[in-house]
Amino acid sequence: MADGTTIAPGVAGSARPAGDVMLAVENLQAWYGESHVLHGISFNVAAGEVVTLLGRNGAGKTSTLKSIMGIIGKRTGSIRFDGHDISRASSDKIARLGIAFCPEERGIFASLDVRENLMLPPEVRSGGLSLDQIFTLFPNLKERLRSQGTKLSGGEQQMLAIARILRTGARFLMLDEPTEGLAPVIIQQIGHTIARLKSEGFTILLVEQNFRFAATLADRFYVVEHGKIIDGFASSELQANMDKLHTYLGV
Amino acid sequence: MSINLQALSAQLLVGLINGSFYALLSLGLAVIFGMLNIINFAHGAVYMMGAFCAYFLLNVFGIGYWPALILAPVLVGIFGMLTERTMLKWLAGLDHLYGLLLTFGLALIIQGVFQNYFGSSGLPYAIPSELQGGINLGFMFLPIYRGWVIVCSLVVCIATWYLIERTRLGAYLRAATENPTLVRAFGINVPRMITLTYGLGVGLAALAGVLSAPINQVRPLMGADLIIVVFAVVVIGGMGSIMGSIITGFALGIIEGLTKYFYPEASNTVVFVLMVLVLLVKPTGLTGRAV
Repeated sequence: MADGTTIAPGVAGSARPAGDVMLAVENLQAWYGESHVLHGISFNVAAGEVVTLLGRNGAGKTSTLKSIMGIIGKRTGSIRFDGHDISRASSDKIARLGIAFCPEERGIFASLDVRENLMLPPEVRSGGLSLDQIFTLFPNLKERLRSQGTKLSGGEQQMLAIARILRTGARFLMLDEPTEGLAPVIIQQIGHTIARLKSEGFTILLVEQNFRFAATLADRFYVVEHGKIIDGFASSELQANMDKLHTYLGV
Repeated sequence: MSINLQALSAQLLVGLINGSFYALLSLGLAVIFGMLNIINFAHGAVYMMGAFCAYFLLNVFGIGYWPALILAPVLVGIFGMLTERTMLKWLAGLDHLYGLLLTFGLALIIQGVFQNYFGSSGLPYAIPSELQGGINLGFMFLPIYRGWVIVCSLVVCIATWYLIERTRLGAYLRAATENPTLVRAFGINVPRMITLTYGLGVGLAALAGVLSAPINQVRPLMGADLIIVVFAVVVIGGMGSIMGSIITGFALGIIEGLTKYFYPEASNTVVFVLMVLVLLVKPTGLTGRAV
């Protein structure tokens, strides 16, 4: 838990995690073709934490996740995961080290049925959730196994996108805006799921626009703006930082 | 007009044989296009290489038809994978035109080399002894080898369809056709899959070449003549669908055969007339998705 951490408020990237650092990003810069989107991102995530990247549209949150996953045009700087330098690794190698990615657009495949979508990501570690465990978590999916992946509702697609990476045994999940465009009741269900995953020891890096959703789940927050981390604080300091946060996010 | 059943069924048989080759070739083209986004103009050349490979195996190494049926597609498939690794790989993300030009150039070079050494006339390749002779079906005489070609390509086509549409490996392939970046981010080695897919498509063409060697003789330009029709088949069927390219391949072979019987003058153009009609009505092809 992050309760005991020392924080120097207002200093970018100064929030420090309590446990062993699982992911450490240092001075990450990234480009899409000619356009320079990340200008020196530095932050870290400890094992067992839920860390949320907050920020406005286009601030660089998704690009940060894509850079960690190795699916951006070009990246420099240091990214260390679980003792490995992954700043130059290809995305299939990164996935094999135990990072699982749930993209913002969900990435459900139209030419695959629900079962095939669910079974698509290969197991990278033992100890992933079994199908039974997944159906306990997301009962809707069990009834729709034969449906075409993209015929599911938005909420079901999001559940499928999360469910399929839980099967792989990866213990580090990157979820990009899992609540985007979903009904409140579905958002609540996804919130319960993330809380449960956290209690089971998963480490989660979350990108969210929905601040209230993130507030209930995260141990720590980082604020991203113009491709940089401009602030960071623990959830215990949330109240004290509310005014600043409203300014950052423009809400 | 009275129908001569014997002549009609003979033309239908020819049509089915051609349809077998169309299906095997357009199936490979569809698989390659889906995964590599390349319109493989070298497909006729690798078909020819399959036939030559069987010829060499027999005349240089004394390896007969049955082993060649496996060996030739594997060897030519390996050749295909090498061209993918060394050349096609670099075209990823570029316009279709580059892949088309490169594979067209490859086809010209390969066919030129074979023509240089073997001229344009055909080399004989005997029907294996087990498949010689024929069966009198009453209404027609069926040469056993021709029946074998139809059955063999049907089985291979359906097996390929099953592999792609019903297995886990096929799910990887379909998913990677849709979104290769995400599939790779799940830990699947997509570049290796692309290489193997090209090898599979090329191997299918080479298999068609081996099957055709005893029927059509082994000629450097045997593929160049065939591939034009096969591309028309692919346009009619649409690039997006595996089953679509199989069915269209066989159907157009049959339509050609029927045309040869009822209106022989049009038999060489009927496929292209159909292509124009389909393009006018449904530009993505009968079963195709927009690309």
